[in-house]
Amino acid sequence: MISFKGVTKRYADGTVAVDGLDLELATGEITVFVGPSGCGKTTTLRMINRMVEPTSGVIAIDGVDVTTRPAAELRRGIGYVIQQGGLFPHRTVLDNVATVPLLLGWDKKKARERARELLPRVGLDAALGARYPHQLSGGQQQRVGVARALAADPPVLLMDEPFSAVDPVVRAGLQEEFLRLQAELHKTIVFVTHDIDEAVRLGHRIAVFAKGGHVAQYATPRELLAAPEPGFVTEFLGGERGLRKLRFFAELDATPEAARPGSGEAPGATALGEAPDA
Amino acid sequence: MNAGWEWITDPANWHGSDGIPVRLAEHVGYTLLVLLVALAIGLPLGLFIAHAGQRAAFAVINTANGARALPTLGLLVLIFLLSTGSDVAALIPLVILAIPPILVNAYEGIRQVEPQVRDAARGMGMTGRQVLFRVELPIAVPLILLGARTAAVQVVATATVAAYINLGGLGGYIMDGILLREYGEAVGGSVLVVLLAVSVQGLFTLFTHLVTPRGLRKEHA
Repeated sequence: MISFKGVTKRYADGTVAVDGLDLELATGEITVFVGPSGCGKTTTLRMINRMVEPTSGVIAIDGVDVTTRPAAELRRGIGYVIQQGGLFPHRTVLDNVATVPLLLGWDKKKARERARELLPRVGLDAALGARYPHQLSGGQQQRVGVARALAADPPVLLMDEPFSAVDPVVRAGLQEEFLRLQAELHKTIVFVTHDIDEAVRLGHRIAVFAKGGHVAQYATPRELLAAPEPGFVTEFLGGERGLRKLRFFAELDATPEAARPGSGEAPGATALGEAPDA
Repeated sequence: MNAGWEWITDPANWHGSDGIPVRLAEHVGYTLLVLLVALAIGLPLGLFIAHAGQRAAFAVINTANGARALPTLGLLVLIFLLSTGSDVAALIPLVILAIPPILVNAYEGIRQVEPQVRDAARGMGMTGRQVLFRVELPIAVPLILLGARTAAVQVVATATVAAYINLGGLGGYIMDGILLREYGEAVGGSVLVVLLAVSVQGLFTLFTHLVTPRGLRKEHA
């Protein structure tokens, strides 16, 4: 579990990016931070692996305060995927994926071996391993980014708008495979997006961030669509909320009964993560 | 021009302590020495200011570029006199000339690394030193070598002034030729300097191609 207790980030110029945040993110689930730009969702994500240090408050992973560990060592144990991949242009796909294992001191052969077996798992042809990033499409680069984050098998994965730089068709494919992968791996994932549809599609729980760096609502996609907080959240969900709700429940209905947990009740949002064709 | 050609092809000019091979070796030797010193100063300084923030970078780069405007010949004579005839000290003006392109290109090479690439490197758990040596420097290699090439060509051409204080090199032919009205010798000396500069340029281009990481070659081919 990742927990935020009274976490505030105030910059030197007085801007408050995150304001007294209390949040608990469940192990093995996908928690989505969604909100307009400048609402502190990326800052919140980056405080988990100490890319940003909080001004006050405590962030703990499984009860251990992240600031008690050296930043570089902490980060090697947390997968990190960013927008547009951030792949190293001078290294092959295989060497990009092998980055963290090499930092952890694996021998080169073993690290490459691991990278090679990861490519097909993220839907990439093994032959792409010898290519360089500029020879790949945007979607392929994103997949490499995900493989790189998974290489050392970290329990926690931080993803900062990983699919926002690709076109909608490619994005839908990436989202689908991401859910399939998560159904196998059960990582604790924190996923930042500004796209509410993506949030509803991927999240077990969604934290809607509002301007000023606080969470306006923290709920399952189902609760969020059925009963959004009046004011900011309702506005953010927008006029298409009814449509989203329909689509969301239609997708759930298309999910085989067996794939849903708690079949007596109305299907919970957790079904999304485990249903291969949700 | 013909006189220059005759001078170059005259076998007599290829022998003795004043012959073309000796002078060429002196010239190349000065150039290498100057380049090494300029690299040892300019490269670390460029890498440092790329991480030190805008204001420091602005100050250092402008100082370096300003130093470029100093008249090399005047400086050479001045330093030679001040250092009471030290040969090596006389090469300082050439070092001052060579530092700016190396410094500025090292700075630019690091600055042009995409922010997300640097962010990813840190986020993967690289230390500051690992980010520099495993990510930033390899990506900056083509630009750094371009800076070194510019510096090398400038130094080859400008090292002719060393002859003013009797340090030899190919500049000696040009000086003597003009003084003694042996224009064949002056032209021949100039041609040799040009040929050397072009060779240096070619060698650097080849070297750059060899050491540029393959993933970066497309952009800097």
